[in-house]
Amino acid sequence: MQKEFYIQSYCHITRNEVLVNGKSVFKSDEIEFTSFIKAAYKNFDIDHSKFFKMDNLSKLAFIASDVLLKNEPEKNIALILSNNASSLDSDRKHQSSIADPENFYPSPAVFVYTLPNICLGEISIKHQLYSENSFFVFENFNADVLSTYANSLLADDKAEKALCGWVNIDEGKYDAFLYVVAKKGTFVHSIPEINLLYKTNE
Amino acid sequence: MSKVYLTHNNIVSSFGFDSAAAIQNISNEITGLKLIDDKSVLPNPFYSSRIQQDKLEEKYQQLNPREKHTRLEKMLLVSLKETIADSKVKITDRVGLIISTTKGNIDVLENQTEFDEERAYLGALGNKIKIHFGFKDDAIVLSNACVSGVLAVATAKRLITQNRYDHIFVAGGDLVTQFILSGFNSFQALSEEPCRPYCKTRTGINIGEVAASVLVTKDQSLLIDESVVVLGEASCNDANHISGPSRTGEGLYRSIESALKQANLTSDDIDYISAHGTATSFNDEMEAIAFNRASLQNTPLNSLKGYFGHTLGASGLLETIIGMHSLHQNTLYASLGFKELGVSQPINVIKKTKKQYIKSFLKTASGFGGCNTAAIFQKVSN
Repeated sequence: MQKEFYIQSYCHITRNEVLVNGKSVFKSDEIEFTSFIKAAYKNFDIDHSKFFKMDNLSKLAFIASDVLLKNEPEKNIALILSNNASSLDSDRKHQSSIADPENFYPSPAVFVYTLPNICLGEISIKHQLYSENSFFVFENFNADVLSTYANSLLADDKAEKALCGWVNIDEGKYDAFLYVVAKKGTFVHSIPEINLLYKTNE
Repeated sequence: MSKVYLTHNNIVSSFGFDSAAAIQNISNEITGLKLIDDKSVLPNPFYSSRIQQDKLEEKYQQLNPREKHTRLEKMLLVSLKETIADSKVKITDRVGLIISTTKGNIDVLENQTEFDEERAYLGALGNKIKIHFGFKDDAIVLSNACVSGVLAVATAKRLITQNRYDHIFVAGGDLVTQFILSGFNSFQALSEEPCRPYCKTRTGINIGEVAASVLVTKDQSLLIDESVVVLGEASCNDANHISGPSRTGEGLYRSIESALKQANLTSDDIDYISAHGTATSFNDEMEAIAFNRASLQNTPLNSLKGYFGHTLGASGLLETIIGMHSLHQNTLYASLGFKELGVSQPINVIKKTKKQYIKSFLKTASGFGGCNTAAIFQKVSN
């Protein structure tokens, strides 16, 4: 018999603002992503110097996960993230470094971020999570697959909780919606509920 | 809970257009790696295995495509067509599609391409495959570095166990591009020779090109000779470094232990390990440490990179399919390129292809982002 799971908390980052459970916790005047996310990092008083080496996708995922996990004692948390643009933001940087034979300078520091799952590694390092990791790419937010997959890991005791959601950055536009699925919580972990929470900040 | 099986399968590789062609060549210890001089990809000659362009085009045209497809799409379509046709599974809303790829159509970012940049989005790639075969749901694209292929199989099992689908076709593929080779070269990870996983004289990886596909199902009536049941699977992070493997093999060790636990097996029950073995110094060393921690140091092990190179998002799927055939043929295939042990912990690398009864195998993979995956498969006994 399938147990019922719940959404413990959720977070949105978009339009220069960070919201937790629908409430604004940080808003900045910085429109441009890199300035905004740096301001968010400083605002939350996070001490993690690796942040400054991360690409934009990892920075976005890192801040969104940190506001949800900073007081979280559970360490067996599966990471199930998704987006539309994969790592194209970094892919374009790597491509521009190799496009001109006269000016050919590929960098390992850029190339390593040309995979979307690197942000899962960054979150795992910060929170010391030796847990399940999966990164999916969809044309649009897909609560169906995310919730089925999270249910599988929780029902099979592969994880106690799951950090799920969407982190996308593309052509300067960014959008994050992460939520923690647990065995107890406020909202029922269902496709309509996830979609509702996803859209609350549209 | 109903069991989940891997059954009909296909490998499109430099060896040919089905799994049999790949198995035939591996049985004879023949490598698909060749020295390639293609300055559009890398200034210096490099070792790689690539799918024959003219034959791929011929196979692709037989599909009567209704629109233009990229090279990677052609590879995936040709592979999937075989697997779908062999299985005779009718595409309904109970049939899912998972695509495993790290970079998809990344070549469309290059200057000389007839496709626009929209095609670089992995969802667009998934859509082309979905539309061609008439899948009802959108493709589920998994992009999780070098563990993608085996994690895609695990994902299929998980979605079927949750009763989301009855059958899932899993296809994996990546291209050999300037994008990829220049990146690995910047890490100084490319070998100028055919790769030699676990060997003392190993000097790095070769990148190869493959498309592979398999049907994952709970329907026993679809089983074939080489079918296996998925007994356990897990994917654990190192929580250590994004580009360097853990010194303690933490994530790989934990993945293996978790998969064994779910399979209700111990390390003694594993007859063969199809390992990752990229032939970089740090990766192979990390694996040796993890296998020792899991008491698997005596279990026969190979890396198939010496036959195909590292085929990125396809590799875990490709190597799982070869593992299925390995069980069916009761044959342990030589870990090509290996001469003398070059890791600090003992492991039992298969030097010569030999017949031996094998019932269960462990497939492992590790990749950038500190990700690791382990899956355990067993022969279907009937």
